[in-house]
Amino acid sequence: MSLQLKQARRERVREGSPWTGLWAVVAKEMADHLTSVRMHILEVLIVLTAAGTVYAAMQSLRNSVGQDPFLLLKLFTTAREPLPAFVGFLGFLVPLIAIALAFDSVNGEFNRRTMSRILAQPIYRDALLLGKFLAGLFTLALVLTAIWLLIIGLGIVGLGVPPSGEEVARSLWFLLASVFYGGIWLALAMVFSVVFRQPATAALASIAVWLFFTVFWEILAGLIAPVLRPVRFGFPEEILAQTQLELTLTRLSPNTLYGEVMLALLHPTVRSVGLVLPIQLQGAVLGTPLPLRQSLLLIWPQFTGLVAATILLFALGYVLFQRQEIRA
Amino acid sequence: MSELVIETKGLSKRYGDVIAVDALDLAVRRGEVFGLLGPNGSGKTTTILMLLGLTEPTAGSVQVLGLDPARQPLSVKARVGYMPDEVGFYEELTARENLVYIAKLNGLPRDEAYRRIDEVLARMGLSEVGDRRVATFSRGMRRRLGVAEVLLKQPQLIIMDEPTQGLDPEGARELLHIIRELKGEDITILLSSHLLYQVQAVCDRVGLFHRGRMVLEGTVSDLAQQVLGSTYRIQLQADGPASTLMKALQHLPGVVNIERDGDNRYQVAAANDLRAEVANAIVTAGGRLLMLNVEAPSLDDIYARYFQEVEHVAAA
Repeated sequence: MSLQLKQARRERVREGSPWTGLWAVVAKEMADHLTSVRMHILEVLIVLTAAGTVYAAMQSLRNSVGQDPFLLLKLFTTAREPLPAFVGFLGFLVPLIAIALAFDSVNGEFNRRTMSRILAQPIYRDALLLGKFLAGLFTLALVLTAIWLLIIGLGIVGLGVPPSGEEVARSLWFLLASVFYGGIWLALAMVFSVVFRQPATAALASIAVWLFFTVFWEILAGLIAPVLRPVRFGFPEEILAQTQLELTLTRLSPNTLYGEVMLALLHPTVRSVGLVLPIQLQGAVLGTPLPLRQSLLLIWPQFTGLVAATILLFALGYVLFQRQEIRA
Repeated sequence: MSELVIETKGLSKRYGDVIAVDALDLAVRRGEVFGLLGPNGSGKTTTILMLLGLTEPTAGSVQVLGLDPARQPLSVKARVGYMPDEVGFYEELTARENLVYIAKLNGLPRDEAYRRIDEVLARMGLSEVGDRRVATFSRGMRRRLGVAEVLLKQPQLIIMDEPTQGLDPEGARELLHIIRELKGEDITILLSSHLLYQVQAVCDRVGLFHRGRMVLEGTVSDLAQQVLGSTYRIQLQADGPASTLMKALQHLPGVVNIERDGDNRYQVAAANDLRAEVANAIVTAGGRLLMLNVEAPSLDDIYARYFQEVEHVAAA
């Protein structure tokens, strides 16, 4: 009896690991990304941006060397007219790179007629999709790490101040957050590449979503909140409820989450990314930096939000891909 | 010795309301070349995808090399080589790089992979161009690279979907030659095609598909017997009084039908090869035999006749 059950269970289970061949896919896809013209263009773009903004930031920081304990972090966040700060650029360069890496990942295989040939090899679809996603994520991480090193190097040479351990740790967490922020757009572009057969459609759809969250979502949140939580009598409770709803709504956007993570990690003096009532500030010494642990605690929900959104979007693409018919 | 490599029982596939494959019973023996024939959309490709476990059957069972493709897809796909109807490669990679990727997906160790790649490239006559990007390849070269890729995993069964589609006659001939060679190496081959004379040239047995069903199955001459009734068509040219000659021919055992095509041309339909008897009958009847020729039944005839009949039945 139990033997039969065991056998029945074994028959229902698929043979072998779903990740057979995963690293072969990752290696091949990464090699493709790193040698593609598309990637070279983006690399040049981001290096130029980094060099330009950091150079500008250094010009304005020269005067304050020695006064600020977090000089290195200032390199990322200091803007000098007419250029925005480097992090401002990252906010839209990262999605751009991520979308460029993934928008033709699945439909491209169909269009090149390689999909059925690849899936006729002894691997599961799981390995193919995860392999493509990881290759994109690793490529993104590689590019961002290179930029990160470049900026730190420029900082040491240009300002002559070695970075402190705290600064390095903060900027490393920031790097990690940037990778997952990119992961969201990577997974989104991948979902569209499963859904749409034309790579151009997938690219446009991804960019449309990105534009929606970058430009329109904040405006929409500002319109929706007063409708759902109107201020009728002008009580502070009403105003508070409305503002809180608006904040919650804007946090549905990955851009907002990333912006808040960035703020808390790169500005150690930031104590809150939400509403602060005067009563909560009692006894606080304003302008003193928080330790890294406290800053992390502050943006932990946002950070996990970024990771969770990445995983959810990937899972969606995964389900859609598993159900797709292979015949073109 | 008749070990079954492919065995399906009541295999069906439905896409919504459309029945792509309907209760298919297929049996292919080891070392055989089996041809799936039929018009486009008759369920050939769907059948192939189910054999590979790339599509789940709606009903019925499949056994490929004694394994179930839906439950043990990795073992099946490691032993079966598949060449789709439109072979695509990564254009920006060289032929060799494309094969390296496939070798890695098959988990071949590095040294073994490189050895096998050199071997299959040489065999397909692609050694010279192995380091050229696939983007520069002609269609015929891509097909050969497709066969090289299939051979890379040293399969026991090769499935080819429309292998000669889009090839020029020279390329098609080459490919058929390769298929015959593989057959000599005890590799079972299943191929689908609608180019009948090519299938006829290489297949041991064929199955005729029509609307998801395999309506006919057997050797080409079996099918001819079933569909055309008579297997052999003898053409002859003889001088002499037509009525005497016709009468003489009609008396031969095995003759099904005689038609007079022209002044001194006749066409005899017979159940077997009656050339010697026909010659003898003409000469004894006092005719002067000028030409005698036998035309083996072609799949084209069978195909055309079968679908004609099907349409007649449908119209009636």
